[in-house]
Amino acid sequence: MAGEFAVELRDVVKNFITPEGSELAAVDHVTMQIRNGEFFSMLGSSGCGKTTSLRMIAGFEWPTEGEIYIEGKAVGHTPPFQRKVNTVFQNYALFQHMTVFENVAFGLEMEGAAKEEIKKRVAKALEMVQLTGMERRRPRQLSGGQQQRVAVARALVKIPDVLLLDEPLGALDLKLRKEMQLELKALQQQLGITFVYVTHDQEEALTMSDRIAVMSKGAVRQIGTPVEIYERPSNRFVADFIGEANFFDGRIKSLAKDEALVYVPALNADLTGLPVSDGLVNGEEVVVSIRPEKVRITAEETMNTNLFRGKVTNTVYIGTDTHVYLDVCNAKLKVYEQNRISRLDPGSFYTVGQEVLLILPPENTLFLKKD
Amino acid sequence: MFQRLRENKSVQGTLLALPTMIWLSVLLILPLLLTLVISFGRRSPDGNVIFTFTLDNYIRLLGYHTNCAGGQARCFDPIYATILWRSLVLAFNTTVLVILLGYPLAYFIARAHPKKRNLYLFMVLIPLWTNFVIRVYAWMMLLRKEGGINIALGWFANLLGIPFQPLEMLYTPGAVLVGMVYEFLPFMILPIFTSLEKIDNSLYEAAADLGANAIRTFLRVTLPLSMPGVVAGTILVFIPVMGTFIVSDILGGRQVILVGNLIQRQYLDARDPTFGAAAALILMVMTLIVTYFYTRRFGFGEEIVAV
Repeated sequence: MAGEFAVELRDVVKNFITPEGSELAAVDHVTMQIRNGEFFSMLGSSGCGKTTSLRMIAGFEWPTEGEIYIEGKAVGHTPPFQRKVNTVFQNYALFQHMTVFENVAFGLEMEGAAKEEIKKRVAKALEMVQLTGMERRRPRQLSGGQQQRVAVARALVKIPDVLLLDEPLGALDLKLRKEMQLELKALQQQLGITFVYVTHDQEEALTMSDRIAVMSKGAVRQIGTPVEIYERPSNRFVADFIGEANFFDGRIKSLAKDEALVYVPALNADLTGLPVSDGLVNGEEVVVSIRPEKVRITAEETMNTNLFRGKVTNTVYIGTDTHVYLDVCNAKLKVYEQNRISRLDPGSFYTVGQEVLLILPPENTLFLKKD
Repeated sequence: MFQRLRENKSVQGTLLALPTMIWLSVLLILPLLLTLVISFGRRSPDGNVIFTFTLDNYIRLLGYHTNCAGGQARCFDPIYATILWRSLVLAFNTTVLVILLGYPLAYFIARAHPKKRNLYLFMVLIPLWTNFVIRVYAWMMLLRKEGGINIALGWFANLLGIPFQPLEMLYTPGAVLVGMVYEFLPFMILPIFTSLEKIDNSLYEAAADLGANAIRTFLRVTLPLSMPGVVAGTILVFIPVMGTFIVSDILGGRQVILVGNLIQRQYLDARDPTFGAAAALILMVMTLIVTYFYTRRFGFGEEIVAV
């Protein structure tokens, strides 16, 4: 293992020529460092540059500008077959004219491994993905989930430095997808191989990843652990893209070392004791963000800061939670309350028009740079 | 009644197949049976068929003749076996050459930008707009002694100061081969293109990703996956080349006689339909045998599907 980073992208740009003839930056000055042995996800909607970034690591595309390092070495224009990375493709890309065994053995044959060794390693790889006994089948005789496992075994059998996965679970149904998420994660932990995982499914990224790069329009918007990304989004895009949030326009009124005061016109109030984020200055126009499940609805008036009076406009019962929609001053607010107690008791329902008290807990109320 | 027809799938199928079945019975199976019967007949002195049962025509095809130069009752000259063998070799050579020429072109078209692909396919098909016979005559213009190729070669030789004798290219086996390859090339390019086009780009990437360079990717992935196209093309080329007589007639003259020419001459010039029928049947049986063994080995060009 050379160095701390398995993969490093330094100021990478990838331009494509559109059919209309203009240039489009699919990846726009991306820098990221993927640590050895971590499960790293690139998350974003289609066209955000995540797949292009992955393909550049694999060697299917070359950067227009910048450099990619694998295990500390600049890879430049090294062709894919000379890189110690392997890919699990979105559509699996299995060789239909070969059996499961031949598919998995292909990469080892290309290395020139001995027959006996190939047999042993293929058997081990198939055991790892629980496909022992399927050696002689052809890909089309397998279910989607089994094909997916063959694709994983085929890539992992080469023991790559980095395994690249391009939306590998996209074609599976929800239940199987959840199973495979846990299986892939377990496999990654067991093998200790660096996984770089591309997905547009935020839940998937949060479930599996050690760290996530949230991308949009070819740029990285934030890199962090799932908890950091969700609890401390560094900009409005990330707060909006991951999970749900209430947003209000605001202005920083005072900025101390570890807490800030932000005025929110729509609430006609100052929010106090907010955690300070970097790069913002006093007087700056910001966006205040609070997750719906962080807002507390309370019965009695307490000596609390950031206390507001709201009027229920709608409630939706969804089993685990009740979604309460409120008018607060001139703002609309949604609050998700977990149904810890049975809502069968009619007294526990909120009724439309009911007045309630709300607390916006300062530690979970963030103010972010305007995009 | 219509209600029942709507529910009965097998009756529906039969009804749909009926027109073709009638067509094939009347215009293929019946004539074929007639040809079989005629081939066992004898030619009357005025060129008509006497229906009888004799193996004379087949014995003659094997090389045992009754009208011998030396006046014997029977003599042996494998002239027809030679013709059959020549046809077989020519069909084989044509097929191999057409694959060697057609595959790279099909590959190029399949990998071209989708916008240009249709243009290229169109260009492959353009020659087919001209009549088959006219295209063969065009080759005659090119290949003859005063033809385009000799003119061009002479011009080059003159330029380099080398003495030049016009080449005798027309009426040689080579001329027939060139003509056949030219005529049948599109029928190889199209099916190979179709199967190459179906190969998803991610398969090439997967092969490269697993450590295969361009050559190994071609041998292990591209070629096996495009074999259905090669097989379909081979069937489309080999069978017609075995039977055709126009190319050899125009470009081979009296020098290159194939089974097709033999059959044609028996019917039209020699006015011996019984011998022509026997030759036609032998040609059919030979083609069937070759095709049978070929398809048993390689299939009919169907896609690889789960068994």
